[in-house]
Amino acid sequence: MPKYLLLKHYRGGPEQHRPSPPMDQWAPEDVDAHMKFLHEVSRILRESGEFVDARALTQEQTWVRYGGPGAAPVITDGPHPETSDLVAGWYMIDVDSRERALEVAAFVSSEPGRGGEPLYEWIDVREVMD
Amino acid sequence: MDRRTRGHGLNADLSRNGTEQGSGDLGELVRSLVPKVLAALLRRKEEFGAAEDAVQDALIEALRVWPANPPSSPQAWLTTVATRRLVDTRRTESARRRREETTALAAGQGPTEQGDDALFLLFCCCHPALSASSQVALTLRAVGGLTTGEIADAFFVPEATMAQRISRAKAMLRNTTFTAPGDLAVVLRVLSLIYHAGHGRRPGLANDAIRLTRQLTLATPEPEARGLLALLQLQHARLPARTDANGQIVTLDEQDRSLWDSAEIADGVAILQAALAEQRPGRYQMLAAIAALHADAATSEATDWSQILEWYDDLVSLSDDAARDDPAAVLNRAVAVGHVAGAAAGIAETARVAPVLGDRTQWFAVRAYLLEMAGDFAGAGNAYTTAAERAIEVAERDHLIRRASRVRAFGSLSG
Repeated sequence: MPKYLLLKHYRGGPEQHRPSPPMDQWAPEDVDAHMKFLHEVSRILRESGEFVDARALTQEQTWVRYGGPGAAPVITDGPHPETSDLVAGWYMIDVDSRERALEVAAFVSSEPGRGGEPLYEWIDVREVMD
Repeated sequence: MDRRTRGHGLNADLSRNGTEQGSGDLGELVRSLVPKVLAALLRRKEEFGAAEDAVQDALIEALRVWPANPPSSPQAWLTTVATRRLVDTRRTESARRRREETTALAAGQGPTEQGDDALFLLFCCCHPALSASSQVALTLRAVGGLTTGEIADAFFVPEATMAQRISRAKAMLRNTTFTAPGDLAVVLRVLSLIYHAGHGRRPGLANDAIRLTRQLTLATPEPEARGLLALLQLQHARLPARTDANGQIVTLDEQDRSLWDSAEIADGVAILQAALAEQRPGRYQMLAAIAALHADAATSEATDWSQILEWYDDLVSLSDDAARDDPAAVLNRAVAVGHVAGAAAGIAETARVAPVLGDRTQWFAVRAYLLEMAGDFAGAGNAYTTAAERAIEVAERDHLIRRASRVRAFGSLSG
């Protein structure tokens, strides 16, 4: 059965359908409702037997590369351009079809945003190779 | 036949407790007894979901206890433990049915009709109302005798997810009666799905699929069941040659044919011949016939492509609209057309399934193969690259990238 990674981004991707400020600028109850919804998604996926993993990532991003023979690694820890992609976290699901993966992703995207309105966030859907 | 991936095989689990050989036999034994014990409980009118849970508990208990204390009658032992579990479960719900325990225990010793049992259970597990992933999971547990943990490992999902999938499937079956005859086509599709999930990646699953299909052929005279068994064995026989020492894919035309399991090929061919003698052809018999023709060729050059093409012609004429109903058959037929009538004719055939498969890795891989055959190395390189971009398996992607690189290097040498 295919596995899909549903990636949430802090930034990047297509233009926001309903532009929204970052979460730290929301009212506390809106933030709570948002978090509660994301936990609820995990619960529903566990219940349906489709859950594999769910993780969140910090916003801190560090780029590292080999420095060459005898040299220290080269580290670039920002600031990075506002336009670059920054992954916020993911759900990994094991489903019967690509259609089901898209359905789950659309459900995640209905998550409540500011004022309880749906966030309409773009979800990056990627199939996991076997 | 006994290579099993880590965490999947009962052998691996049991070998921690006892000797490798003896434990392996115990694992095989307990797996083969699971459907018999379950069927015996169902004949006593136990509910499917509860009985299946009880047998799973008894199985896990057997794996724990048997290596040190082997029972004198394994089947009676499993039936007794499963029955006790059922009774315990019921007692927590209500205490009034206690007397059933003694009756149930006595009834558990009777003989079982192995063939019918397996067929009935496969029809339950492959009920058309269930999703494909549920059918696979339930079949492996209730008929295959695998533990939930082993099935979860085989499909790389958490055990809790697999347990939930199985219990949901059984909840759906709870309100379903099994009076109508089961759907054999669905059973065959599920067994084929299990095999292909295992083929080349999880040997344990592939072996389980072959074992279950063999069990099915004992339970039904349908030639298509034997057709599937022949097909799986013929594919399995070539597996040792499918990858090289570095784990890289070796295509059929470049495989070392001395690595093929000739005994398994002979077995598959004999099963296929018996099925074909029934004169009731079907999809799996035809696919097995094609696999048999490949297996029969001493070298790649000796492959009888005209006969293979005839079987593909039969295969695609099973449906009025093969491009829609069996696009894989149409696509693979294009390869045979390429070998018989020339690469250009084969490439033209691939166009028939472009609307259905035109965005898939397989479609681009077949195009690339035929373009390479036609000597269009630049076109083949591009098609291999597109196929690689769309691959859903790492080994396949790597293989397609190597192909693209090889065909480009060749093109620049000859051009």
